[in-house]
Amino acid sequence: MALTLTEKILLAHTDRDELTPGEVVLVRCDVVMANDVSGPVAFRAMKKMGAERVFDPSKVVMVADHFMPAKDARSAGLLKSLKDWSDEQGVTYYGQGRGGIEHTLLAEEGWVTPGIVLAGGDSHTCTHGALGAFGTGLGSTDIAACLALGEFWQAVPETILVRLTGDRSKYVTGKDVILAVIGRIGVAGGTNQVLEFTGEGAAGLSMDERLAVANMAVEAGSETGLFAADEVTGKYLEGRARRPWTAEASDPDAHFSGVLDIDLSALAPLVSKPHSPGNVVPVSDATGTKIDQVYIGNCSNGTMTDLRQTAEMLRGHKVHADTRAIIVPATQDIYRRAMAEGLLDIFVEAGAIVSTPTCGACFGGHNGVMGPGENALTTTNRNFKGRMGSGEAGVFLANAYVAAAAAVAGEIVEPHEVH
Amino acid sequence: MIIDGTAVVIEGDNIDTDVLYPGSFLNIDDPDAMKPYLFEGLDPGIRDRLEPSCVLVVGDNFGSGSSREHVPLAMKAWGVGCVLGHSFARIFHRNCINLGLPVVTSPQAAAAAVAGERIHIDTDEGAIEVSDERYEIAPLPEFMAEMIDSGGLVEWVRGRLKA
Repeated sequence: MALTLTEKILLAHTDRDELTPGEVVLVRCDVVMANDVSGPVAFRAMKKMGAERVFDPSKVVMVADHFMPAKDARSAGLLKSLKDWSDEQGVTYYGQGRGGIEHTLLAEEGWVTPGIVLAGGDSHTCTHGALGAFGTGLGSTDIAACLALGEFWQAVPETILVRLTGDRSKYVTGKDVILAVIGRIGVAGGTNQVLEFTGEGAAGLSMDERLAVANMAVEAGSETGLFAADEVTGKYLEGRARRPWTAEASDPDAHFSGVLDIDLSALAPLVSKPHSPGNVVPVSDATGTKIDQVYIGNCSNGTMTDLRQTAEMLRGHKVHADTRAIIVPATQDIYRRAMAEGLLDIFVEAGAIVSTPTCGACFGGHNGVMGPGENALTTTNRNFKGRMGSGEAGVFLANAYVAAAAAVAGEIVEPHEVH
Repeated sequence: MIIDGTAVVIEGDNIDTDVLYPGSFLNIDDPDAMKPYLFEGLDPGIRDRLEPSCVLVVGDNFGSGSSREHVPLAMKAWGVGCVLGHSFARIFHRNCINLGLPVVTSPQAAAAAVAGERIHIDTDEGAIEVSDERYEIAPLPEFMAEMIDSGGLVEWVRGRLKA
């Protein structure tokens, strides 16, 4: 029987011989992850379940990233509870100065390999589909069950095949690919389904860009955003992978619930306007919008690729006098590499500030939240009302070229106008 | 399970969990302490309309976005009896089920609901009554029904660990 990549992965993680779309099965986890927001709530639930120990400490990873460094005493309490619990259970813990933003970090640290199931207490766990893994976001009670039993329940999803063709023009990145998809199918268009990216356009995306694409699959309602493992994946995992792996792909005659064709050569840089990630227009339709703060970072676009694109735009320029710019490398390792390459110097010289890795202002937590009447242009993944602070602020989502160009111009412009 | 409560109607589609429970209050892990921030980014006035076992009536793709369980935890802490909607985002939907907060998908019943009127839901019968009209609810997959009957995922896991 012909199977999708998702069905192959799930089959290998259940006791079933076959799967029917929609049926609920128990799926075994290879990695269970939580952070300082989802973790402590999960620990309470785990206690109520009567579970004293995790199912397998070698498969559990805790990451301090949302309110790290602590924004106030209450956040410090959560961060402490995350560390204390991790020490007690003997699981891997990435704390302040040792890790960074969970999704970028787990990929970087080799926890994610093709074919695994990764259950994460964060909706952007779909990011790990970039490596051919079934990474999916769950709530804290689900995570508690995963910690206790190593399993979660899952309705077998169907797959929408996204076929990417054509060569991208300059300034069109992975961010634009996923914004184009969300613009086409809408914010609920992928609900209870997986997005699988394929075609020469998918093969041509670097791992950093695949992470950016998969990261926003949940913004279309999807369970994960998959890329079958290929040479790019193999190269990325060299010296990194924590376990042996084999490449698998959907069978050519597998059943897909939908097919979406995107011609990358027809794509221009895009921007998602307030207050929905599905509110996607070409940058040219949003030019002239005044921007009070540019934010480059987060689990979708805080990679070396994004920082290099930012540096390319900021080199020899100054951030506009009426605009603030915050650049947040996603992990400690990216921070150091950006420093070694001289990128951080370009940012600071231009008048941007460089933050330590954190989820920070992306979710309105701390470290650069927005005030009433202000506009932000960010490389993050959500622009819901109030997402970055005030409900009276507007958030525009775009790639790093567009964001850096806006930092220089003080308003939304096409990147070539600055460069 | 039988739910009998007053309808509290929340207008709009694609209501995300950020407006339902803004990010700046995520540094709270005690459900009772989450109550004052439910609906804070949408309309804090909704909190005044909540009463024990009320039925929240919502639109399409309700609960989209973040996986924050603070939303259904705060709803439970307020005593919300059920969420009845046109359709739900995946993680919010499963969070409700896991917490034993009944969540019913029925576009017809949700459209018929009137704020302040009684709604009667019988999950065993698979029926919902709104303004004297009766609507059928599609049965849940066996596993989900079993878990809800046991009181939610916490109780289900507790049973598994004892077995």
